[in-house]
Amino acid sequence: MADGRAAVKRRINPRLWLSGGWLMILVIAALGAPLLAPQDPLAQDLFASRLPPLWQAGAEPGFPLGTDSLGRDVLSRVLYGARVALIVALIAGSCTCVLGAGLGLIAGYYRGWPDMVISRLIEIWMAFPPVLFAILLIAVMGTGLTSIIVAIVVIDWTRFARVIRAEAMSQGAMDYVASAKVAGRGRFGIMLREILPNVLPTIVVLLTLEMGIAVIVEAILGFVNLSISSDDPTWGSMIAEGRAAIHHSWWVLVFPLITLFLTVLSFSQLGEGLKDHFDPVLR
Amino acid sequence: MTLLRILLKRLLSMSITLIGVAVIVFFVIRIVPGNPIAMMLPPGAGEEDIARLKALYGFDKSLPEQFLIWIQGILGGDFGTSITSRQPVSALVLGRLPATLELSVMALVMAVAIGGILALTGTRQRGGKAEAVIDITNGISLSVPDFLWGLFFILLFGVLWPVFHISGRVSPALDLPFTTNFYLFESLLRLRFDIWLDLVSHMFMPALALAIPLAAIIAQLLKQSLKETMHLDYVTLARTKGYSENHVILREALPNAILPTLTLVGVQFTFLIGGTVIIERLFSYEGLGNMAIDAVINRDLPLIQGIVILFAVIFTTVNLLVDLTYAVLNPRLRHG
Repeated sequence: MADGRAAVKRRINPRLWLSGGWLMILVIAALGAPLLAPQDPLAQDLFASRLPPLWQAGAEPGFPLGTDSLGRDVLSRVLYGARVALIVALIAGSCTCVLGAGLGLIAGYYRGWPDMVISRLIEIWMAFPPVLFAILLIAVMGTGLTSIIVAIVVIDWTRFARVIRAEAMSQGAMDYVASAKVAGRGRFGIMLREILPNVLPTIVVLLTLEMGIAVIVEAILGFVNLSISSDDPTWGSMIAEGRAAIHHSWWVLVFPLITLFLTVLSFSQLGEGLKDHFDPVLR
Repeated sequence: MTLLRILLKRLLSMSITLIGVAVIVFFVIRIVPGNPIAMMLPPGAGEEDIARLKALYGFDKSLPEQFLIWIQGILGGDFGTSITSRQPVSALVLGRLPATLELSVMALVMAVAIGGILALTGTRQRGGKAEAVIDITNGISLSVPDFLWGLFFILLFGVLWPVFHISGRVSPALDLPFTTNFYLFESLLRLRFDIWLDLVSHMFMPALALAIPLAAIIAQLLKQSLKETMHLDYVTLARTKGYSENHVILREALPNAILPTLTLVGVQFTFLIGGTVIIERLFSYEGLGNMAIDAVINRDLPLIQGIVILFAVIFTTVNLLVDLTYAVLNPRLRHG
């Protein structure tokens, strides 16, 4: 048994290390953006527009990854874009987690009418196309960081609620809950002290996945020009520009796209890695 | 009898869900700042004109009144009039629906084909290098959403190696002899293969982008249940009878392993349809989702409402069909 576990751990580690490593780089890039960025991410220079990246003919030093059609430095914008992406991932991810997991716990453990109301809400939410719902909410609340975070929380809480509800239900039927009841614990206390610790690994895995989803949602909103503002550097708005200018300056699309790809992949691989880590028997 | 009861129960729950969606979308979009009427009028329009237009679209009544009028209209098949195009919402929405349905079904077919082949290959080559490669590809495909796949395809097959069209549904230069908006289907019936090829060349990348995450899910789950089935006694029996490995997998294991995958595909299909909104935008594909985003940007309230309700109807109907199929296919549930 002990050997088996050791083998599982050896196999998992590279995945956790790689994804964690990329996310660490991202945190450093976001925190150190003012020091690392070669240019002001907002500075426009029409004489330096559509410069290619450094290794291509016609490039200029000082713009290592080239510039967009307004002459803004792509590398600097990618670095500053990491700030928005990470803030959204952390805040929107954790708020979604608290709301969704909380409602899921209540529905799954208390059953009865709280469950009926929450399950009905989940069903209604599942009938909305999520991207359209997000765009609608941003249109209502106006663009900006707070709106994006609120929109993500409002849309995605069901991801947590559905899974945690089912887990809380099966935990609630177990013997240790019954004995806690016999010992005279209150229901709320049992939910927080007994059920919650047992569903916590699932919550952590879902949270990691949700952070990746939040980054994507922010990029999608930036792509339809509903993120923070069209000037501020976000990966989504860079991708929108890159998509429009794809035939004459591919680098405007490619660099934010690769960064977004690695980030989303890292969050989800971190989640999958943690899943294996918590539950080695599963694999 | 039990089947009928399941159907009735599901229909009831479906209508409650739809009412919930209607209430939420109606009241949420009415908090939108910016008066949709003001955008329709030329500068210098008088108070009187504004009042008349407001009355025309019913915006002069109280919110609950407006809601009831809207719901009454829907029950009679009238979804109101679009503010930007001044055409009936139902006509606009139904005109775009075929494009989105064709895209979604195409993506579903691709996902089932790719996922199925991967699962069968992985089972055939289990323990080998091919299975490891399939597992890694699956892991990446699962983690990366359709939006990113779409962007990669635009770069790869639109720019680097331009083999497919990256925007639109059909080349504008083509003369379309169609009577319905199901272009892909109708071009086949009319034997117009030139138009069919043009449509496929436009649809291929958005459909593939939508298909990949679902294909990965199918591959993973089907491979897992195939593996479990392969250990069962009756499969071993078939093998000792001397059937080939291919026969054992396809004829013996697959029919028993496929049920969980089928249910999952049904549920995931609604997620795929939800994904068309941004994918249509990305590829400028003239479907419902693209129209929905325009409607939100233009504050076209009746059109937004109509599209959201239609999506909700599609989602709940797909779920209903999945439940019924499951009940029919699974005898335990049927007699339970």
